[in-house]
Amino acid sequence: MQYFLTQFANGVVFGGVYALIALGYTLIYGVLQFLNLAHGEVYMMGAFFGFFTMTTLGGPSMSILPVPLMILIMFLVAMGGSALLGIGIERFAYRPLRRSSRLAPLISALGVSLFLQSAALLLFSSRVRLYDSNLFLSVQSGITVFGVHIDTAEIMVVVGALLLMVILWFLVNRTNLGRAMRAVAVDQDAAVMNGIDVDRTVVWTFGIASALAGAAGVMSGLLMYPIDQYIGVFAGLKGFTAAVLGGIGSIPGAMLGGFLLGITEAMVTAYLNPTYSDFLAFFILVIVLLVRPRGLLGRPALVKV
Amino acid sequence: MSEQDQVGRGIGTDDWVAQHEDRVGAPQTGMARLAQQWTRLPALARWGIPLVIFLSVPFIGSSDYILRIGVNLGLFVLLALGLNLVVGYSGLLDLGFVAFYGFGAYAYAMLSSEQFGVHLNSLVALVLVIATTASFGFILGLPSRRLTGDYLAIATLFFGQMFAIFVVSSDEFQLPGMSDAVDLTGGANGITQVDQISVLGFTFETNLSYYLLVVALVVFFTVATKRIHFSRHGLAWRSLGEDAVAAQHMTIPTVRLKLLAFTIGAGVAGLAGAIFASVQQGVYPSEFMLPLLITIYAALILGGLGSIPGILLGAFIMVVLPEVLRFPDYSNGIFLAVLVISVVATVKSWKVLVWAFGGMVVIGFLVNGVLLAMQVPYLAAKEWITGPLAPVLGSWVFMPENRVLFGNIAFVALVGLAAWMSIMSRRTRIIVLPLALWLAIWTWEVRLLLEPSVTRQLLIGALLIVLMASRPQGLLGKPRVEVL
Repeated sequence: MQYFLTQFANGVVFGGVYALIALGYTLIYGVLQFLNLAHGEVYMMGAFFGFFTMTTLGGPSMSILPVPLMILIMFLVAMGGSALLGIGIERFAYRPLRRSSRLAPLISALGVSLFLQSAALLLFSSRVRLYDSNLFLSVQSGITVFGVHIDTAEIMVVVGALLLMVILWFLVNRTNLGRAMRAVAVDQDAAVMNGIDVDRTVVWTFGIASALAGAAGVMSGLLMYPIDQYIGVFAGLKGFTAAVLGGIGSIPGAMLGGFLLGITEAMVTAYLNPTYSDFLAFFILVIVLLVRPRGLLGRPALVKV
Repeated sequence: MSEQDQVGRGIGTDDWVAQHEDRVGAPQTGMARLAQQWTRLPALARWGIPLVIFLSVPFIGSSDYILRIGVNLGLFVLLALGLNLVVGYSGLLDLGFVAFYGFGAYAYAMLSSEQFGVHLNSLVALVLVIATTASFGFILGLPSRRLTGDYLAIATLFFGQMFAIFVVSSDEFQLPGMSDAVDLTGGANGITQVDQISVLGFTFETNLSYYLLVVALVVFFTVATKRIHFSRHGLAWRSLGEDAVAAQHMTIPTVRLKLLAFTIGAGVAGLAGAIFASVQQGVYPSEFMLPLLITIYAALILGGLGSIPGILLGAFIMVVLPEVLRFPDYSNGIFLAVLVISVVATVKSWKVLVWAFGGMVVIGFLVNGVLLAMQVPYLAAKEWITGPLAPVLGSWVFMPENRVLFGNIAFVALVGLAAWMSIMSRRTRIIVLPLALWLAIWTWEVRLLLEPSVTRQLLIGALLIVLMASRPQGLLGKPRVEVL
């Protein structure tokens, strides 16, 4: 039972990271009906931004700031940097294609992925990096619930993810920007006619989605995952699976999908063969797409002819 | 133009509107004039000249290395032609295509190597490989009945990734019911010592024989694609790609056609994979991953989706250019030539040209002066450059000792400047042009020359972005005209 609970907690922690990535996909898909295949690369860059902020502040073992402040600054820099990156990608790679065929932005997104991966290789070299967060967040610290030990980094990831989700929920449902986003999602032309600046809304959407990806990157680093230029590929695919599982375009769906995927993956790793946990996302995706393409919480898509 | 030709153009495009740009005025630049002359040649000459050139390559004293590149180019063209059926004609975005290539290569390797101690007759092995890969394609095509557009793209992309993981991790393949782990694919080391194809007593051993085999196959599949283009199936496929709903409305059996496209495309990829395994007598997992997929797509899209000459041209650019980049002496010259040609081809006024290149030279000397005055440590010319361009570049380009740091800063600045230039006004763009040119050359010499393989991928990525933004139909593709 305790083993089960430990795995469950692990699943919830990863689920939070997946959910943040999935939210980015869902936001952009909801607003533009467009799959941002380069989203995983933004996550990768976010992880690097966080890492270099940490080394600039003195590295993991002798930070010049108190640890909580350093972590906060890491998150802020990574989120800000990723947001700028996402806005740049939108402005220069996707906006010129807004009115063209559906194939063009997908190909452009593949180009952006390849470009960012090789740019990271060029700028940061191929060395694999670790946050070494055990040096400032002791693994022994943390809390024990029902005999399950949850360390500080894990608590921070879950709390951070939930906090960002609450902020996002507030932003989408309670502000003018959120209303504009929802309006553009329903009908771009009608939104323009009602005085909504579509370009500005799209820029904000990309900024928010990319900031979430950047935060997810720092979180995976804090959980001691190695960082290199290829981590974006799988993180992106899993985030996408989570988004589709919950119903793409639906914000609560992305959160639910992320946690479900994380928990299922942890269970498969624990009770079946760990090699197959990567296949799992694929099977879930195919089954969901075949049985219920609109996802768990999504609305059925209408095809307008 | 034959009557069939007219029919073929009719779907989704209005000929008159689509050819608008060709009609207005004479071509402006030298390149366009050359291209126009080329299109006026008779069709036999347009197809015959490249074929004769490619057939004569082995007989005018070329090395094994060049022949090997030729074989790779041919296999790449086969892949592109196969993918063209799926993406270019039927409009099904298949991002798992490379998996079929890998599957073909691995299947052939397993059937004719010591991996399982099986050495089948090559013909039998080839037929088996093509048949299994094609049925694999059929199975992967099944979801395309329900999934469309982005969803199909992501499902197939996943499939491609899964193939890559499976191959790498299956050196200890074990299912829950099995007692011992089996070595299926050799893991990261791949399968080595694969038998070479031998047909009716003739074994393909030299690069020359493979080259001729591949040229023959390329000719065969090019002619076949050309025949399909205006055939009943070709028309149906292309109408499916234009608008699946409308096609179904016209009683076109969309499901059957989608599956057919997937099956044939996979079969062609399987054949190419088997030949690949035989050429290099081994298969390694790293060869069937995302970069290859993106390169194939880049070739297809660079040339123009659905255009056969476009595919051949795109494949040629994508295969030969990276090979040239391997040699710093050549790549330097080619980079500068491409830069100068593209500026000359796009800028029409000679005053602007003088401003751009003159300003570029001046900025170079200015930067030299400033960096020297700041006493930045630098490398002497003979320490970093050789070849014919050394006297010119050696005295003009400032080569800092810390190439990585300066190069990285220059690279970030160059990307930012290029992005900014794409949205600034014409006048400002002309003012900034010399700076951009100098920065491009400097970044290239200081940083990018150090890492040819990374540079290649950077260039492919940048090319895709720029191409999509400026000319989504590709170099030789026809612009699509929406008829409302």
